[in-house]
Amino acid sequence: MIPELGHFALILALLMALLQAILPLYGSFANIPAWVAVARPAAYGQLLLVALAFAGLLYAFIHGDFSVAYVANHSNSHLPLLYRISGVWGGHEGSLLLWSLILALWSGAVAAFTRHIPDRIAARILSVMAMISVGFFLFMLLTSNPFARLIPAPAEGRDLNPLLQDIGLAIHPPMLYAGYVGFSVAFAFAVAALLGGRLDAAWARWARPWTNIAWMFLTIGIALGSWWAYYELGWGGWWFWDPVENASFMPWLAGTALLHSLAATASRGAFKAWTVLLAVCAFSLSLLGTFLVRSGVLTSVHAFATDPARGLFILIFLGIVVGGSLALYAWRAPALAAHIRFAPLSRETALLINNVFFGALCFAVLTGTLYPLILDALSGAKISVGEPYFNFLFAVIGAPLALCIGVGALLRWKRDHIARLRRQLPAAALVSVGAGLLWPLAMTHHPYSLNAGLGLALGCWVMVSALLGLRERSGGWRWRNLAHTPRSVYGMTLAHFGVGVFIIGVTFTNAYSVEKDLRMARGETVHLAGYGFRFNGVSDHRGVNYDAARGELVVSKSAGGGRRTIALYPEKRTYLVQKNPMTEAAIDAGLTRDLYVALGEALDGDQVWSVRIYYKPFIRWIWLGALLMAGGGLVAATDKRYRRRARSAAGEATAVPPQTAGQAAAG
Amino acid sequence: MNRFAIPLLAFVVVVAFLGVGLTLKPRELPSPLLGKPAPAFELPGLPPAREAFSSAQMRGDVWLLNVWASWCAACRTEHPLLNRLARAGTLRIVGLNYKDDAADADAWLQRFGNPYTHIAFDRHGRVGIEYGVYGVPETYLIDRHGIIRFKHIGPLTPDIMQHRLLPLVETLNGDSA
Repeated sequence: MIPELGHFALILALLMALLQAILPLYGSFANIPAWVAVARPAAYGQLLLVALAFAGLLYAFIHGDFSVAYVANHSNSHLPLLYRISGVWGGHEGSLLLWSLILALWSGAVAAFTRHIPDRIAARILSVMAMISVGFFLFMLLTSNPFARLIPAPAEGRDLNPLLQDIGLAIHPPMLYAGYVGFSVAFAFAVAALLGGRLDAAWARWARPWTNIAWMFLTIGIALGSWWAYYELGWGGWWFWDPVENASFMPWLAGTALLHSLAATASRGAFKAWTVLLAVCAFSLSLLGTFLVRSGVLTSVHAFATDPARGLFILIFLGIVVGGSLALYAWRAPALAAHIRFAPLSRETALLINNVFFGALCFAVLTGTLYPLILDALSGAKISVGEPYFNFLFAVIGAPLALCIGVGALLRWKRDHIARLRRQLPAAALVSVGAGLLWPLAMTHHPYSLNAGLGLALGCWVMVSALLGLRERSGGWRWRNLAHTPRSVYGMTLAHFGVGVFIIGVTFTNAYSVEKDLRMARGETVHLAGYGFRFNGVSDHRGVNYDAARGELVVSKSAGGGRRTIALYPEKRTYLVQKNPMTEAAIDAGLTRDLYVALGEALDGDQVWSVRIYYKPFIRWIWLGALLMAGGGLVAATDKRYRRRARSAAGEATAVPPQTAGQAAAG
Repeated sequence: MNRFAIPLLAFVVVVAFLGVGLTLKPRELPSPLLGKPAPAFELPGLPPAREAFSSAQMRGDVWLLNVWASWCAACRTEHPLLNRLARAGTLRIVGLNYKDDAADADAWLQRFGNPYTHIAFDRHGRVGIEYGVYGVPETYLIDRHGIIRFKHIGPLTPDIMQHRLLPLVETLNGDSA
């Protein structure tokens, strides 16, 4: 009964979304205020209905209703409650429902927190968002119904994929989707502006906090995915350039360009057409990612069960949404030619360079991801584009980008003077180069690494110049000044600082990691990177829904006779239902190094095992950097200036500030 | 030309390729074994009771080698198809039980039916390596001369069965007449 109610709620949600898509849009052009006024209640109604549908599926999961095919395929009565809940989005159908729920949440948030925007424009924005909803509801109802029954019901479910039975992957999809879908808000703002034909700087100002929050979610989502891959896949890698990872990374790159371009458009009216295009691209790439992951055109370890009918549907949907908006762009954008003057040395130029770099990175990832497909279509050759291509391009494009970040943050609008930079930058350069040269000498366990030195110099440069930028914008290190500095400046500083931390993490991990695949007998001790690892054998262990062989390794500092030891328990798990063996690495995490141990296979009975031991210095800095970036996005979204300008624009004192919108969406 | 239309044109090109991509099957890796003799092997039968199997005994027959395991969820989806094929008596199906537990495999067959005329027990996956198995299930069609004519990775579908496998079997059988 409950699943049928969920199904029914989903159908009603589709109808509500149709209403929200058609009436307000038509009303906004035909000047029918009553139809315009439909937008907000319809958005709330749609949210309520999708939430009901979602609750229906959640109920079926929690109560283990295996007569629902999707539940039978992704759950099991022995599954812990947490994973019965996260199982809702553990497969194709349910994750689409989650996607729709999040889209409805964003729609609801836009409806609630855009009272300062003229009604007609808000109605168009909500209408565009509803059109996207319609597509996803149809997709679910026509090809991927999560409520389809399986009669007769099996006695037991086939269980959630053991790889997904993990806290990191339980929260990774909601974060990622919040980011993907969040870009639909900027997209809707841009399309609404194109539809209206009046593209002033106002839309960019309104879209800024929303884009910041979406970008923050996407950043966290990607970081979570990377962290999960690191500890769960058992290979100690943190990024694999897998098509599915790329699918999430492309919108991030476009979104990062959009954040910066929006700043130039909102503050100076520059790059209007380009910013609109980026807003369209960021969301289009999210949709493209969905297509790539769910259609089976690319092979990937993470791909969902694929089906050509689904692929065709998304492709048509993609064609309508992206093709339609790009056609609209081709039609309306020529009127946008802005004649904003700025000198070669100015913040506008810096933002332009940022956009060029991020555009190039995004294009490089897109090409690398689609190249196998294109080659297959043209010649039938099967290849895969691997790490060397991406790593090379990111080093080549990323390094000069990092050099520019620092300088860009220091520059002033319109025109700046080289003399001013000459006073500030040499000290920063000296500190960075000095640190880069000296640090590798301090890593006594490793040979001198030029790459690590370069990475450190680059990272320091970014961090120091981020701080210089804060001083510049706030007018000096005095408390009075700092207290009056806008939040967006703090956000930028924090995010740029995070980039520096990230660069150091990446280069140090690459340069100093020590990885050993060993054959270890019980009682044997191995020394690695200044640590002794003693293998105490393997014992059987029983988990809630798995059996495990659990190894014990005791780690101590080799030198100095440190008494502190750490016990690590890597496991080889066999989940009772799906039977595939899972490697559960044991990690001793630290700010300056991770010790990572994974159990391989048993060799010669139970006494000798193959063991992987990794020493990963500074790998936490990679995710720490990402978190700082995300934090920067959040802080910037709460900037008061968005509110003040919005108020004066709308001319009403009771306007709901957009930054509250950001916080609500974040919480 | 309107430079603002360039993104639209680029997008049209990408969509065209994606559309073509939908008709391609990236998982269908061209097996280096296609058209080559199937690696010969001898293995014990599935314990406790089944007899040993040697690929030599299939000479002169068109036969199907199906790699399966009881731990493999996707094998369950293709299994009814194999059962039906076995009932129709179109061709003999040999099961290569891959990295499995004998008791589990036996229980699995009791539950879902046994379409196999022989079951080779590849406990450690050695034969699987010879055939380049990298995902279970996999299916190979081998002709009367022991040449691999067709390979499918992943569960068989009615569509593949109807439009690729069976016509091929018919041609191969026709050659003998």
